[in-house]
Amino acid sequence: MVRKLICIAMLIVVAPGAQAVFQPQVFDSVEHEQRYMRLLNELRCLVCQNQTLADSNADLAIDMRAAISKMVRDDASDVQIIKFMVDRYGDFVRYRPPLDARTALLWVGPFLLVVAALAYVVRVGRSQKKVALSDAQISDAKRILDQ
Amino acid sequence: MKRFYLPLAIFVPLIFLLFAGLKIDPDLVPSPLIGKAAPGFSLPQLQDTSRRISPQDFRGQVWVLNVWASWCTACVEEHPRIMRYLKDEVVLVGLNYKDQNDAALEWLENWGDPYTVSIIDSGGRAGLDWGVYGVPETFVIDKEGKIRYKHIGPLANVDIIKHIIPLVRRLNG
Repeated sequence: MVRKLICIAMLIVVAPGAQAVFQPQVFDSVEHEQRYMRLLNELRCLVCQNQTLADSNADLAIDMRAAISKMVRDDASDVQIIKFMVDRYGDFVRYRPPLDARTALLWVGPFLLVVAALAYVVRVGRSQKKVALSDAQISDAKRILDQ
Repeated sequence: MKRFYLPLAIFVPLIFLLFAGLKIDPDLVPSPLIGKAAPGFSLPQLQDTSRRISPQDFRGQVWVLNVWASWCTACVEEHPRIMRYLKDEVVLVGLNYKDQNDAALEWLENWGDPYTVSIIDSGGRAGLDWGVYGVPETFVIDKEGKIRYKHIGPLANVDIIKHIIPLVRRLNG
């Protein structure tokens, strides 16, 4: 019990530090700030690949955030900002890759699998033939059931 | 026996696909810059910061850009190979990335300076434009100023001997 309390106390002491991941940027307008935050969540940090730019505290992510915040202030459109990053780091920088010839399977694949699975189920269902019984067998069965 | 054919026909190619997937290194992101014009910069020279260097200075030559930093441990690993194989082979531009000038100079003093010219990108802006995300990185640029090859991470002997040097010689024609 005492140990648990000590553990909890330590966590309370440490927790505020863990939250101070990044320095928020100050924008003149709410619209700019919202766009900035949305873009950070759309783009990947290339150093720690499973983190968004919003989550990552890698040096590169800090630079990429600075570049984005400058472009947002300069009123660049979302399309322009994403293109800026894709031109430098490739489609991988986007969490939602564009639909093109290379990524078509990625986007359509799950639907293809669902269709294939349904087709299989239908086929199996149809192949289960009804068992044909002779008149004698049916009357036998009725007799047994009526007993 | 026949009813196993279909699952087997799906299972076997899947195994091959997954095995092929194991060999792909997810840290190596293909650069969209290959085949495109090298991004511009105008950066001060490390030894004489009043002088500025830009990619135009190397027009008409095949050159190699090596991105490094004194804080980068993997750079020490590739450095002897650069000294040995690349130093006298090609115009070699050292891009000192997000570093302190005196630390960079001391590093070159300690380990040797293979670079035809060294430039400094202390803010990392040129690095961003070149899509740098894991120092060291190495680019080969042709006579027309197009990027022809990119290597991420420390160069192994095989990368230099099998890929970079033959490419440089071919581009030099």
